Amino acid sequence: MSEDPTAAFRIEAGELLEQVEQGLLDLRDNLGDMGLVNAMFRGLHTLKGSGAMFGFDALAGFTHHCETAFDRVRKGDVRATPDLVDVILSAGDHMRALVEGDAPEAAGQAILARLAAAVDAAAGGGSAPAPAPAAPTKKGWKLSFRLPVDAMANGTNPLALLDELRALGDATIVARTDAVPPLADLVPNHCVIGWDCTLVGDISHDAIEDVFLFVMDDMEITIEPLAVEDDASGAGADDAAEPAAPTPAASAAPAAPAAVTVNDQQDRRAATRSQGEHVRVPAERLDELMDRVGELVIAQSRLSQLAHHGNDLSLRSVSEEIERLAGEMRDTMMVLRMVPVSTLFGRFRRLILDLANETGKAIELVTEGETTEVDKTVIERLFDPLVHIIRNSCDHGLEKAEDRLAAGKPASGLIRLSAHQAGGEVLITITDDGRGIDRERVRAKAEANGLIQPGQVVSEDELLGLIFHPGFSTAAQVTNLSGRGVGMDVVKRTIESLRGSIDVKSVAGQGSTITLRIPLTLAIIEGLLVRVGEGRYVIPLAAVEECLELSLEEDLRSRGRSIITLRERLIPFLRLRDLFVTGTKPDTYQKIVVVGTGSERVGLVVDQIIGNHQTVIKAMSPLHRNVAAFAGATILGDGSVALILDIAQLVALGQPREERRIAAA
Amino acid sequence: MTASILTVDDSASLRMAIRIALSGAGYAVTEASDGVEGLAKATAQRFDLIVTDLNMPNMDGLEMIRALRQQPAQAGIPIIFLTTESDDAMKAQAKAAGATGWLVKPFQAEQLIRVAQKVLAR
Repeated sequence: MSEDPTAAFRIEAGELLEQVEQGLLDLRDNLGDMGLVNAMFRGLHTLKGSGAMFGFDALAGFTHHCETAFDRVRKGDVRATPDLVDVILSAGDHMRALVEGDAPEAAGQAILARLAAAVDAAAGGGSAPAPAPAAPTKKGWKLSFRLPVDAMANGTNPLALLDELRALGDATIVARTDAVPPLADLVPNHCVIGWDCTLVGDISHDAIEDVFLFVMDDMEITIEPLAVEDDASGAGADDAAEPAAPTPAASAAPAAPAAVTVNDQQDRRAATRSQGEHVRVPAERLDELMDRVGELVIAQSRLSQLAHHGNDLSLRSVSEEIERLAGEMRDTMMVLRMVPVSTLFGRFRRLILDLANETGKAIELVTEGETTEVDKTVIERLFDPLVHIIRNSCDHGLEKAEDRLAAGKPASGLIRLSAHQAGGEVLITITDDGRGIDRERVRAKAEANGLIQPGQVVSEDELLGLIFHPGFSTAAQVTNLSGRGVGMDVVKRTIESLRGSIDVKSVAGQGSTITLRIPLTLAIIEGLLVRVGEGRYVIPLAAVEECLELSLEEDLRSRGRSIITLRERLIPFLRLRDLFVTGTKPDTYQKIVVVGTGSERVGLVVDQIIGNHQTVIKAMSPLHRNVAAFAGATILGDGSVALILDIAQLVALGQPREERRIAAA
Repeated sequence: MTASILTVDDSASLRMAIRIALSGAGYAVTEASDGVEGLAKATAQRFDLIVTDLNMPNMDGLEMIRALRQQPAQAGIPIIFLTTESDDAMKAQAKAAGATGWLVKPFQAEQLIRVAQKVLAR
């Protein structure tokens, strides 16, 4: 890893801003929380300090203003108001842009103007003057000084100071021992000696002050020019002598309560961070390691195949040992890549606030199951679809406050985000308590767009499913929030590219629920290995609902319709042999693997079900990426390649054709 | 014998910058990410110099300095704190807590090295 503090700062700044944003959102709900104010101040302060360190001067300058505002809130001289928090939130966005280096200057000025207005509104006003001293040069100096008694205990080495003085010029140093107590009272690390020193040479006053830089304020010192005839003799000495009144431990006391509240605030973060040391690793390294583990799993399956074919018992036991180890390693690897969905959900609090401001609706966000963990890559790719769904819910789903009150609901709308794990999947549901999806409008729109025939009978689920059709939007007018040309079809495609599924439920007047089912990981899946003709294929096990036998006679009976009846439900099926044009004869006892995404299901007719298979997913080459029916490939134990079926695509392929026929029948 | 320096800062980028500067100047640098860790490391091993931030989570620099100075073994060990120019009050508090000196952010690597040389007894 190359060491680039600037790059490290960029990442750190991103995290800091994220924390500040979360803190601001908390603060908005609880304006009096001084612990939060302190935490915000500290975050901004660090950002400013480090920003200046790494040459982000614009960032440091800009952040300084926000920090100052918080400092005043901290000192109780400005109240925290929702306005102020909002301005700082947008200031946070600007800081992010400054870190990235693409922030328009004017935007910053506008925010600072708003900040000044918000601060003024929240306070009476106030300012601080800044004095600045200067010093001339002289022929030489006469010094007399005595260090604070605790200087040595506090790490100052008087001998080093004397050496520094000697380094400045020709120094004559005499120690004053008048204050040294009798031996019995002598404390070894108390500094009780004073010094007189004449320094000859062209030495600036500043240079001398520099020697005593750290002890200047607390020590007794007089610095007088050597040339007695100079009339400005007192000037330098006054400067130096004035701050000589030491400010001992008294000032330490008021700091204590503040520190305590800050610590309270930290508890949460400290708790999530848990005990022990943490190592920060770039995500690519994890991906690399994951790849290696994948290769290991493949090599191991070849080994176990070899071992089971031969008669060597010791080889077999080694192979089984390796199989176990590889399995454990894979599981550990998975856990390493997992991050809690709270990192995802947290980002929506800001979105909700912005949406509430934009729409003028009161919106409350409730999140559940934030500790549920999902693969990092999955989390990243879920963000955009979720933003879109939440925007839709706020924009189309939730009613205006007066309509809600008229309908007997609380004035503020509720968006509930929840996550929980079910087997190898994570279920994420987005629920709103709005008006629900207007079926009549969906139907009208779908008919207008030719998605369905006028008057055509469609089931409830199918009707709602139409919102996932490309270009579908029920908003009467395109608003700033939703109608961005990105429809629910894009959401659906993204979720399906994660090998997940999306499902929508809606009750008129009570709201809608959208459920996303997402696999825990993208790298290795449990698959069902099947044979179609000569080729072998993997069906993701999570999508498999059941396996049935398709007898020859049943096959003949259903010929032409490709429908089976399963527990009084008609299920269309696809003959993979025909679809893949294998040109082979069907086995006598073909099998139907029933797979489903969300509420839709199809049967896939295969020749043979071979069994479970730990599938390490390899992406298709760029040339083959557009082949719709396959999601990827994997290498089997004997070194041959098996393609992984893309269930969502196959369901889509089987569904419309077959179901339209049913509807027409 | 190389002088050993402990740098305590919650900002990883700053720690990195400090480590690069000081180890470039021939010092052995150990890092800690907050006051708690800094206190633990300083207690476990005697350092010749401690460079610490003041604003930190879990235990801030002030508390850490006070706690360090309570330990007889830490008497006389120079402690430099990092601060920003606006922090005069902070400076006074840190000195009262037992800090030896300070360095104003932003600083150049040379300034840091000079201060380190200044407080490390020759």
